Amino acid sequence: MEKRFFIQRFFPGKDKRPYWQEYVLHCDSTWVVLDALEAIRSKQDPSLAYRRVCRHGICGSCAMNINGLNRLACETRLADLPSKIRIKPLPGFPVIRDLVVDLTQVYQNIEAIKPYLITKTPPPAKERLQSPLERKKLDGLYECIFCGACTSACPTFWASKHFLGPTALLQACRFVMDSRDEAKQERKKFLKQHPSLWQCHAILNCVEACPKGLNPFEAIVLLRKSLLKP
Amino acid sequence: MITHKHDIIIVGAGIAGLAAAFEAAQAGHDVAVISKVFPTRSHSIAAQGGTAAALGNMEPDSWEWHFYDTVKGSDFLGDQDAQALFCQEAIDTAYFLEHIGVPFSRTEDGRILQRCFGGHYSKFGQGPPVRRACLAADRIGQVMLHTLFGQCLRYKVNFYNEFIVTHLLIHDEGCCGVMAWELVGGETHIFHARLTLLATGGYARLFKVSTNSAINTGDGMGMVLRAGLPLEDMEFVQFHPTGLYPWGFLISEGVRGEGGYLINADGERFMKRYAPAKMELAPRDVVCRAIQSEIKAGRGIEGKPCVHLDITHLSEKTIKERLPQIREMAIKFAGIDPKKRPIPVAPTAHYSMGGIPVNVDCEVLADGKKTVMPGLFAAGECACVSIHGANRLGTNSTMECAVFGRRAGKHMAKLAKRTSFLPLPERQIKAGCEEIKALLNHPARTSVAEIRESLQESMTRNCGILREKRQLEQQLDFLRTLKRAYQKIGLKGLPSSYNLALQEAIELKHMLNLGEAIVRGALARTESRGAHCRTDFPKRDDKNWLKHTLIFMKEREYRLDYKPVIITKFQPEERRF
Repeated sequence: MEKRFFIQRFFPGKDKRPYWQEYVLHCDSTWVVLDALEAIRSKQDPSLAYRRVCRHGICGSCAMNINGLNRLACETRLADLPSKIRIKPLPGFPVIRDLVVDLTQVYQNIEAIKPYLITKTPPPAKERLQSPLERKKLDGLYECIFCGACTSACPTFWASKHFLGPTALLQACRFVMDSRDEAKQERKKFLKQHPSLWQCHAILNCVEACPKGLNPFEAIVLLRKSLLKP
Repeated sequence: MITHKHDIIIVGAGIAGLAAAFEAAQAGHDVAVISKVFPTRSHSIAAQGGTAAALGNMEPDSWEWHFYDTVKGSDFLGDQDAQALFCQEAIDTAYFLEHIGVPFSRTEDGRILQRCFGGHYSKFGQGPPVRRACLAADRIGQVMLHTLFGQCLRYKVNFYNEFIVTHLLIHDEGCCGVMAWELVGGETHIFHARLTLLATGGYARLFKVSTNSAINTGDGMGMVLRAGLPLEDMEFVQFHPTGLYPWGFLISEGVRGEGGYLINADGERFMKRYAPAKMELAPRDVVCRAIQSEIKAGRGIEGKPCVHLDITHLSEKTIKERLPQIREMAIKFAGIDPKKRPIPVAPTAHYSMGGIPVNVDCEVLADGKKTVMPGLFAAGECACVSIHGANRLGTNSTMECAVFGRRAGKHMAKLAKRTSFLPLPERQIKAGCEEIKALLNHPARTSVAEIRESLQESMTRNCGILREKRQLEQQLDFLRTLKRAYQKIGLKGLPSSYNLALQEAIELKHMLNLGEAIVRGALARTESRGAHCRTDFPKRDDKNWLKHTLIFMKEREYRLDYKPVIITKFQPEERRF
């Protein structure tokens, strides 16, 4: 099948403004958007820039805006898209080049919530026990692949540079919910002092954007509830 | 050109690299990790089914049984001193991983949940399969990698992300760091270190259909080879039996561990003819050849080169709780709900058993045997300790990364205090810069992608699951042609920032060199052992070939050498499953 790709190109410092470039490509019916980008780069234009690593939706490198939605290029099947496909970098972040954006803000916000288990009691000889029910509380939280699709789709993040964004808040929830973590009070104190948790306006773009089907808004609500509990 | 100075430099941010970084940083050292990608994009993320440790949480188990299985799985080519140490330390390492936060799945009484995997049995192979794979649903790589990354942030490890290391800086006295190209900034950086660890992963992207990430091009091994140091057992390439057809994406062995069947076009559970006792849970090399034989005999599904992996008999709950990622992949890519229809699978290039020869402290061996190369270390898939010998057991790789990554980190932390910075080799740096400059300034007369595709296609055809003399010789000739074509690549006119073509050109150089190392090793080894299957020499030949291959490259000439296998406990025996 033939597809027409309109890809946003931009090299800050060289180009005055972003522009659309058109590529026409014969595509296999099994292809995803990433296959098309690789084919364009190897056959038509080696200068095209984008990120890709695992090719099957687990590394979180290739999030981009495809026909208006933030998605992973490696999981988006061409057969499910119309014949005209518009691809832009993730909105809301500085562009490095073409489809490659600077995710530093997302990474810094993740680091700010202390994305690691904190324990104070010495570990036992074997594992710290955790019941299946306690472990289940991490489901829907630990699977995040840091692709940035949710934060990119969040108008609150666009408007406020102090807002931690859904990616980091989902991580914060993952550690608050972990029965083994022994720094819950410090974590809650940080969240209480930080304006983020109450800045979310429940626009829910993050939920729609997440390629892994996670619900950052629910995580934010869980965190709010945990702060209100004594 | 920018110069950085750190006590310890770690190249690669997968499980091995981050485990080492964690240990060294926790000991108070100034540690820098250099990675081609943001750490959580590293290929370790793709590991699914579990990580091996004889915890005995489900039924009795012992490290000695794990040891026997690993030896037999390796087709007796692994070094038994290292294998024994690995199986013992795996137990404490699993608890360590739990303590630092890995969200393992749990048993009813709150311990780490374990499942079956191919090649892991009880009672020195005589008993039924034992549940030894510690799992976190089917995302073990992701949880190990994310947990280690978080802990590295806690201990203030310095990260240089999206830097591709191009050259090792090596003196007669030892290694003093690396040269790297910053992808975003588009310039060369020098990293000056007391000690350098390579944790750069494997090379299964040398093959057309592969489970591996685009970045798995064997860069660390390629740099070692170019530096005149040897590589070990390169001919042993693992093909995973169950890649999602036709893409080749990993469908975990955990699917069979949970009870999945392999079915051919006749609806037959064909493993009963190849491994009557262990069936689908035989080691990977055995299952892989069985599938290949079924396809060759015309029993592929609908005439296609694939068979079915059937879990329709498992409960919806088991599939959703234990195999959620597999389910998601089957639905998203193949449009198949595995509860309703079987998954089409075929063998896919997966893992490099061979690599940089190291001792159990991860010190690189300059002669491949005993002599240590000062300042240079290797761990994880790029290294060859050798735990896996001729065939790796599932779940042993992530655990190898954790066990030996930690060992490397601790050992380097000890040595760093009494190791000084060697002067930088100015001539080498200049030559390295010239090489990059030449690539960037040459006009393109042939395409990097075209050479890479020819390499992948030809390696799969001539040096894949089944090998024979004539095809291997053909491949050697073809590699010479490809290397000549490589001289004509050029990247003139491409933007300096995020120049993927430059990255791929650097990777391709390593891939071509490694391809020749694999083929030369495979051609010389006139026997079949583990993953190396010569149709013209179908039997294992312990009399002549119970030895490790070492390969050196000097001025484009290759030289083979061999060293004995270390056998401490289990004498080679016939391998039946």
